[in-house]
Amino acid sequence: MLFAVVATLLFHEILSWPMLIVCLAIGSIVGTFASRLIAMTSMPEMVAIFNGLGGGASLLVGWAALFYSLELTVAVTVILSVLIGGVTFSGSVIAWGKLGEWLPSKSIIFLGQRWINGLLLISVLGCTVCFILDPSSQSIYLYIVIGLALTIGILAVLPIGGADMPVVISLLNSYSGIAACAAGFAINNVVLIVAGSLVGAAGFILTSIMCKAMNRSLVSVLFSGFGASKAAQKIDGEARAISVEDVYYVLEGASTVVIVPGYGMAVAQAQHVVRELGALLEDNGTEVSYAIHPVAGRMPGHMNVLLAEANVSYEQLIEMDVINPRMAAVDVAVVIGANDVVNPSARDDSDSPIYGMPIINVDEARIVLVLKRSLASGFAGVDNPLFFAPNTRMLFGDAKASISAVVNQFKT
Amino acid sequence: MELILLSLVLVLSVFVGFELISKVPATLHTPLMSGANAISGITLVGALLAVGRSDTFGDLSLWLGATAVVFATINVVGGYLVTDRMLSMFQRKTSKGSIPRSASEE
Repeated sequence: MLFAVVATLLFHEILSWPMLIVCLAIGSIVGTFASRLIAMTSMPEMVAIFNGLGGGASLLVGWAALFYSLELTVAVTVILSVLIGGVTFSGSVIAWGKLGEWLPSKSIIFLGQRWINGLLLISVLGCTVCFILDPSSQSIYLYIVIGLALTIGILAVLPIGGADMPVVISLLNSYSGIAACAAGFAINNVVLIVAGSLVGAAGFILTSIMCKAMNRSLVSVLFSGFGASKAAQKIDGEARAISVEDVYYVLEGASTVVIVPGYGMAVAQAQHVVRELGALLEDNGTEVSYAIHPVAGRMPGHMNVLLAEANVSYEQLIEMDVINPRMAAVDVAVVIGANDVVNPSARDDSDSPIYGMPIINVDEARIVLVLKRSLASGFAGVDNPLFFAPNTRMLFGDAKASISAVVNQFKT
Repeated sequence: MELILLSLVLVLSVFVGFELISKVPATLHTPLMSGANAISGITLVGALLAVGRSDTFGDLSLWLGATAVVFATINVVGGYLVTDRMLSMFQRKTSKGSIPRSASEE
């Protein structure tokens, strides 16, 4: 990539060196600081905003290409790169806001949303055609398309709720690649096309993996909020709480422990204490592993990165399909801030909105310890029968504080 | 003719992309994504051309290009460094079982 950049600088007539160097310097400095200072727990936001910048750059490159050529193929590819780049840019900014929690992370749906989206799509198509018929770098239609693309990006991501974020991030990633690809066609540059399509393919694969892991089609993720469709089954029963001391006795006597982390662990920044607990258990002769659901967290592989940051070894991170057959032989399953990905109603209750989603079968373990702040339902708004199961004990409180307390019990 | 050639390149690289990326294990999905993200900053090349080709300040195309260069550089530099940071955490630990540095710092 460096090679491509240097070659571009050398083999094309560059007229405005000072400007270029200043811009490159600004970008490098911002990029370096951002990537060094960001906490691992904020990685989803970071990826989202970087994506957006890539898309934004493709939009601008496409636009600038119009100043040098107005051929038909250029006009068509420019409008594509402007459209996709624009959607990527504004969509990523909204995703960034939702992940950073300065926008409400739940699904925002307003009346007539579909009609407005439909109307926007039709007008974009119309303006695109008008632009292609009479391409110019200052065409009013170009400006309208840019504005509409940005609006569509915002409206497309707003209705998507927190738990669907892994899908959206990978999809935006894919878009940013496609936008770069279109910009490559616009300026006749092979490097852009190759790199762009690689990224597009990568994003697309991730998107489909994420969708499969939630048993939802891409269309349903993009166009509908969660949970409104079917009434979830209400559960009668009582959740049994457990004290920190008893948790210690349970863990101390276990020979196999599986830890199932979820978004709650990221929020509580509990990965380091979780690792510490894991190490103490191992010293105690317990076999410890970590079961990772593909959509746990807010981006693909989110939990893996957090645990790796806390120095959990790679071999202990086990995927859902590998851990499930072994679950019945596990003494204690510790669920930390995960909810929907361990909800047995996804497997047993065909009326549940999340029915069919593959889950980690923690309920098959001999004892299930659930660390949670309260009994509130998860993102999908579905009650979790796991909490009321006879072999489940709830440890209420902040995950980090609870685990620290258990760790202290081990040390004394 | 040129268009056909470029389209061919597109189709081939999509195939290569699918082949390569479907083999990445789930554990590495975040670094994969941020790496891909950094690569999409390749638009930088286009942005450089857009800036390089105009010589008068105040030109709209110059400003478009300049903004694109800043955006794309943040994307590339930040994306690569972040990916690097993550991958270095995934390296096999030599002293297994001992309480790690990062945990005791907390």
